[in-house]
Amino acid sequence: MAEKEVSLIKGNEAIALAAIRCGCDGYFGYPITPQSEVLETLAAQKPWETTGMVVLQAESELASINMVYGGAGTGKRVMTSSSSPGISLMQEGMSYLAGAELPCVVFNCMRGGPGLGTIQPSQSDYFQTVKGGGHGDYRLITLAPSSVQEMADFVDLAFELAFRYRNPAMILSDGVIGQMMEKVVLPGFKPRRTEEQIMKECPWAATGRMGRTHPNIITSLELQSEVMEQNNLRIQAKYKECEEKEVRYEEYMCEDADWLIVAFGSAARIAKKTIQLARGEGIKVGLLLPITLWPFPTRQIEALGRKVKGILVLEFNAGQMIEDVKLAVGCSLPVEHYGRLGGIVPDPDEALEALKKMI
Amino acid sequence: MTNEIIISGFGGQGVLSMGKILAYSGLMEGKEVTWMPAYGPEQRGGTANCTVIVADEAIASPVISSYDVVIVLNQPSLDKFEPKVKKGGAIIYDSYGIINPPTRKDIRIYKIDAMDTAAELGMTKVFNMIVLGGLLKICPMVSIDSVLKGLRKTLPERHWDLIPKNEEAIRKGMEIIRPV
Repeated sequence: MAEKEVSLIKGNEAIALAAIRCGCDGYFGYPITPQSEVLETLAAQKPWETTGMVVLQAESELASINMVYGGAGTGKRVMTSSSSPGISLMQEGMSYLAGAELPCVVFNCMRGGPGLGTIQPSQSDYFQTVKGGGHGDYRLITLAPSSVQEMADFVDLAFELAFRYRNPAMILSDGVIGQMMEKVVLPGFKPRRTEEQIMKECPWAATGRMGRTHPNIITSLELQSEVMEQNNLRIQAKYKECEEKEVRYEEYMCEDADWLIVAFGSAARIAKKTIQLARGEGIKVGLLLPITLWPFPTRQIEALGRKVKGILVLEFNAGQMIEDVKLAVGCSLPVEHYGRLGGIVPDPDEALEALKKMI
Repeated sequence: MTNEIIISGFGGQGVLSMGKILAYSGLMEGKEVTWMPAYGPEQRGGTANCTVIVADEAIASPVISSYDVVIVLNQPSLDKFEPKVKKGGAIIYDSYGIINPPTRKDIRIYKIDAMDTAAELGMTKVFNMIVLGGLLKICPMVSIDSVLKGLRKTLPERHWDLIPKNEEAIRKGMEIIRPV
């Protein structure tokens, strides 16, 4: 019934509604444009009266991510959301969560930086997200939705991946997808897990000793380097498995393409329009849209790189993902970047001009 | 069929909600829709705008370079968006507060005195619906029925008594829009 209903909602509202529907146990956040609708929608929905989900406006971003740390330690499905400057404040917590091998979901609705920057859309947190914004050898499993539907769908997926690999997962979007309204079919209701289910699925969680000889201890601290190296190697083995199994991407009009655009999130939407315009002029161009930014679709880009004459990386930053595209294809073909900075969203005509310049 | 529209005016004129109602109307007809607002400080007094796309097919980009119809409700919006009307497209402007009207020869130009009409008829709260009526007259992308259904979807039930007033405003807009 209501589950199949088509709604017209903002991307940020989709994140909030999907969280309630996918059995999220707790949200801890602090408002910041352009993602405040996440907290606002949760507050309006009052899920604590229905599913029992906790929604809490913390006193700061630091408090939010550390409340997530605490909730995750007990095996709960917990999340937070913020935008670029707020996400910077959370980096220490994310490193700790990764170090303590805890699952959680963080949503970043990017805005232009550096510093407080602007509230307008940007993709300039790519490096911060996929290269490790906090300290230490860790990765964030990163999903980049390019539609409001994917905003809704990726919340549950992010939780699934976070729990499968016991690692924080990031949903990386921006003000375009966060603020726009689009048709969406919300996912069906999935109940929150019971305490028994959590104990069964998360034997590592701090849920009480429950007859075990030793209590579970959640920490990222290990002063013996030999043991700490083993901890790191275990985490790296997990990342290797994740790289092998979890790469997600979409190909658009790549079959006969002479040229390739690589773009994620909102830039991929603009790229699709650019491709339609280019094909109208007889330029055969396709799009590789990474859905997981980490693990990155390196092999797929390498394979497409062998078929095309050149690659344009379209991103709303000064050139960040282009480094991973270049690592994928080496020096085998020209790889150019086009982007705008500081919250300016390039329009499809501009991107077409950049493509033509390359051709 | 794709209709790419931008609505631009002062914050507080109902630009964003007019776009929302248009998007909901498209949804009522089973069409693909996107609504992309300027979400900056514009909402609090400066120039606000939103892009609405209503299409039969999947919409590639919610951000576009040029528009089929541009609706401008103040001079800064006119100056900014007149060059972005597609050749053969249309611009609709409310003459209230417009010093320099549009001048392009390769587009259709329409004037709607919605501000004055709204004041005369005591309909200032549904000013934006008068403008919407004008749009639907020159570009019947959705039916009035769908707009009314869309309103039912967006308005809380306690405000449904205002729907006839909105319908009246839409019909008024259809009546008063004039080619220039």
